[in-house]
Amino acid sequence: MIIDINFIGLIIASIMASAVPLILASCGELITERSGVLNLGVEGMMIIGAISGFALMTVTGSLIIAIFGAMLAGVLISTIFAFLTQTLITNHVATGLALTIFGIGISAMIGKNFVGIPGKEFPVLFEGFKDTIPLLGPILFGHSIVFYFAFALPFITSYFLKKTKTGLIVRAVGDSPESASNQGINVRLVRYACILYGGAMSGLAGAYLSMIYTPQWIENMTGGRGWIALALVVFSTWNPIKILIGAMIFGGLTIIQFHMQAIGVRIPVQFLTALPYIVTIIVLVVISRDSRKIRLSTPSSLGKSFYKDN
Amino acid sequence: MHKFFIRSFVSSLVLLFTFTVAAIAKDVKAAFVYIGPTGDHGWTYQHDVGRKAVEAAGFKTTYVEGVPESADAERVLRQLANSGHDVIFTTSFGYMNPTNKVAKEFPNVKFEHATGYKREHPNVSTYAARFYEGRTILGTIAGTMTKSNVIGYVASFPIPEVIRGINSFTLAAQKVNPNIKTKIVWAFTWYDPGKEAEAAKALIDQGADVIAQHTDSTAIVQMAEKAGVYAFGQASDMDKFAPKAVLTSVENNWGPYYVDRVKAVANGTWNQKDTWHGIGDGMVVISDLDSQMPADLRSKVKKLQADLASGKVHSFTGPIYDQKGNLMVAEGKTADDGMLAGMMTYVKGVEGDIPK
Repeated sequence: MIIDINFIGLIIASIMASAVPLILASCGELITERSGVLNLGVEGMMIIGAISGFALMTVTGSLIIAIFGAMLAGVLISTIFAFLTQTLITNHVATGLALTIFGIGISAMIGKNFVGIPGKEFPVLFEGFKDTIPLLGPILFGHSIVFYFAFALPFITSYFLKKTKTGLIVRAVGDSPESASNQGINVRLVRYACILYGGAMSGLAGAYLSMIYTPQWIENMTGGRGWIALALVVFSTWNPIKILIGAMIFGGLTIIQFHMQAIGVRIPVQFLTALPYIVTIIVLVVISRDSRKIRLSTPSSLGKSFYKDN
Repeated sequence: MHKFFIRSFVSSLVLLFTFTVAAIAKDVKAAFVYIGPTGDHGWTYQHDVGRKAVEAAGFKTTYVEGVPESADAERVLRQLANSGHDVIFTTSFGYMNPTNKVAKEFPNVKFEHATGYKREHPNVSTYAARFYEGRTILGTIAGTMTKSNVIGYVASFPIPEVIRGINSFTLAAQKVNPNIKTKIVWAFTWYDPGKEAEAAKALIDQGADVIAQHTDSTAIVQMAEKAGVYAFGQASDMDKFAPKAVLTSVENNWGPYYVDRVKAVANGTWNQKDTWHGIGDGMVVISDLDSQMPADLRSKVKKLQADLASGKVHSFTGPIYDQKGNLMVAEGKTADDGMLAGMMTYVKGVEGDIPK
């Protein structure tokens, strides 16, 4: 096989492309969890985003409507979750699981008419610069707008949480809703907003899969990526930059194990297939050993309902 | 687990509906049990196309999708048999034992099991398609069209059906081009578009310029289209997903067999059979050949197709050696069905080991 510098560039570019849905969904869920809400419905919101994006693209023909429609669909379905957990004070875990089941079911129902229809080509940016720089060319150029957004998102999220007042409010609500409430913060409103934002990002992650990554609709096409995104949030100890690292390792090993198979490396394939899960967990556990920092970034009221009526 | 609940719920609804219909109808009714959702655009989707053909022929049909290959299958089968269905098609290998078990309890109901080999009771038939014949054609095309002499193959699970396909494909490709290498990547999934696309991308990055697949989604042909290499459609004609990449597709065509068998039940001529149909009987269909293929290749393929159909050419004609060089099929002989059904070794020329 040919190991030249562009080959490595190509591999890194495909690793980044496969990490996009994980980064989007994880960063969305991170904000939700930082406000103290545990939404296990990521997989359901993603699949709703996937079918909504694909359906809107097919029906309206507009990619912009489809992308924003998918985000809106994520917002709408997470509104159900927000209403149940924040207004009716239901259990977060049970409601989140129900949301996933609901999402998978309803997407299959809507999707019946969209099976077997090819998707549209999604425009990529800076295609012409791809060959101008060795190694970096294929990494930096020739991707969709969603791709660039996804790689900016962890940094934006980090800045938002650490440096802005709104970020501080979100963290306060997640750590001690009582104190925040006593400070005059509308806990329920903040949590509503964070849940809806998480829904929008999950919807976008789903739309990336059905419109850009593999432009088609088939049932269950998210294939458990929502659960991986959820796990990434926890293992990254609620740190957006570590989410980026985790998503890259996970996507990277999935792709590298395929390359190893194709080269003919004699390692049991089942082990190679399990590798992404094992290594991602190990790496994230190792880089997040500092228990003081973990305590600082873990939303202490995660998953607990807030009863006070404000 | 959640999938199981949804499917059980949907199954119950379908069954409830079935009971109601069963009470009024008297004609022959056929039921289909599916392993996946009809929306997979692959294996189950094609069976459902077959079911619609039965419906179009004037028979009533029912289907239950997403039935696990467990005790659940027995429960579903029993309910279908109880609710007035005359013939039940069970369309996945894992339904083999449940089908035979329930068949014993309902001697008046006919059972048709896809891809299995057990016919323990006179009311059980089995049927399967010789997809490997289609792969002989794909191999011939791939061996001719490749310029890099590296052909990528995305495989699903190491079972005889898949191994047989890889072997048949490689043998045919080597016959037209002794220099080719078949690189195989196991995705360990039947359909996960993301994973399939990644597997195909890895093969393309490593220099493969023709990609074959034994997984169900269209992600692979779409990836091939993006990368500007050739590919083949699986299960259905995938040309519209990747008009430039797809040279042809191997289609699963169950309709004629289903209509035939349901009619036989209606006429009272149904008998126990073991059917293994290929191109000749139209169960395996080769889609239109793309015009990018040179005219002489197209006519060669047409002829090969006719010869496979008539039986003049067999996909596994000796001499065939395994990877270690042991003779598998002697010169002038062809592999018998027993050998094909249990094929778990690669032929010479395939790289790598079969995952255990």
